[in-house]
Amino acid sequence: MQVEVQRYADVLVVTVDGRIDYVNADEFKTALMPHLTNGTTGSNQVVLDLSRLEYISSAGLRVLMIAAREAKAKQGKLIAVALQPVVREIFEISKFTLVFQLFDSVQDALQQISPAALTAMKSG
Amino acid sequence: MRIRFWGTRGSLPVSLTAADIKHKIVESLVAAAGRVRTRAEAQSFVEKELPFSVSHTYGGNSSCVELDVGSEDYILCDVGTGARPFGLHVMAQKKAKPSTFHVFLSHLHWDHIMGFPFLVPAYIPGNRVVIYGCHEAIEQAFRKQHATPCFPVDFSQLSAQVDFVRLEPGKRQRVAGLEVTPKLQMHGGDSYGYRFEHAGKVVVYSTDSEHKTDDKASTREFVDFFSQADLVIFDAMYSLADTVSVKEDWGHSSNIVGVELCQLAKARHLCLFHHEPVYSDAKIASVLEETLRLEQITREGHALKISSAYDGMEIVI
Repeated sequence: MQVEVQRYADVLVVTVDGRIDYVNADEFKTALMPHLTNGTTGSNQVVLDLSRLEYISSAGLRVLMIAAREAKAKQGKLIAVALQPVVREIFEISKFTLVFQLFDSVQDALQQISPAALTAMKSG
Repeated sequence: MRIRFWGTRGSLPVSLTAADIKHKIVESLVAAAGRVRTRAEAQSFVEKELPFSVSHTYGGNSSCVELDVGSEDYILCDVGTGARPFGLHVMAQKKAKPSTFHVFLSHLHWDHIMGFPFLVPAYIPGNRVVIYGCHEAIEQAFRKQHATPCFPVDFSQLSAQVDFVRLEPGKRQRVAGLEVTPKLQMHGGDSYGYRFEHAGKVVVYSTDSEHKTDDKASTREFVDFFSQADLVIFDAMYSLADTVSVKEDWGHSSNIVGVELCQLAKARHLCLFHHEPVYSDAKIASVLEETLRLEQITREGHALKISSAYDGMEIVI
């Protein structure tokens, strides 16, 4: 599992690659949480790009819930986008689709939450 | 070994309402229109073509599961309200023949013991009831629910001999002809799962148990506990989203975690149990469908059979 972070204006796009299960959920949490909690980024809006995530277990989903709660406590947002079919089905079966804001792509999410970030992304 | 489910509902017994029955009949008549003329055709149609949630019900008695290993004694897990039909069944089968009943308790919450005052064999002289568990206050809890003003018949008036035996968690021990290993589980006031081994078969009864699967050590413990089990009876009361948000620390689990733990443990059969009392038959059926789909899309070689417990269901392993 690998995590990459890219900043566009006031939004962080966190791209997750690989699989998240009970073995590496802690590692994922360690990689994700600082972007929601330490304030050094100056952003409290995070878009999780899951287009390269192949699988997520209950342990990974629990990390997402903890992260979303943390973002909300800081008046921020955690949004997941571009779920692969298997991951989307796991979200649906776990009912995370009822508690998590989802978009089809990073662009769609940025258009909704920060046009400035979308412009920054388009300008490369 | 034959496993009979006498009570499968979580937290509180429920029953179908008049509106529920009417809905099932309307659905059945619409589905059968022009296709059924005789009783035999109707029987076949109901069995083969109607969805289980329309033609049957998952039932509403609270936790009570019987393990039939072919011995003269009876073995039960919990004595929720499912213990009442179990007791009536025994009376109908055995009449006055004295018997011993071994009861393994997950914990002392009301829904898991409230059937005991209605367990008819406990009122029959010559019978013996042995109640096993890991909690300190088992006898106190049983005596209390029989005491005034909760119940009109005091515990001391039970005619059967009732004994209480404390088990040690984590220790494999021979009880009632089975190898039994209790395991501490996360639940308010603690609960205990049981791994039963008999004649090369393994059944795990694990209800009222919350799992925080990002806790690696705990997850590994449960994978060991479920290891290679022929059947895992698993608390799948809530959705995963509920168990990690509004219902976190309520002490229950989800279908998703059941599938994951059984896949890791290479268990053969997962049985969803302790159904949420507000769930309709249709909702429980949809949870089963989704769980089957989850197993299908996450399977890596090891196929896991999945069913959803209903009152009256039997599984042979």
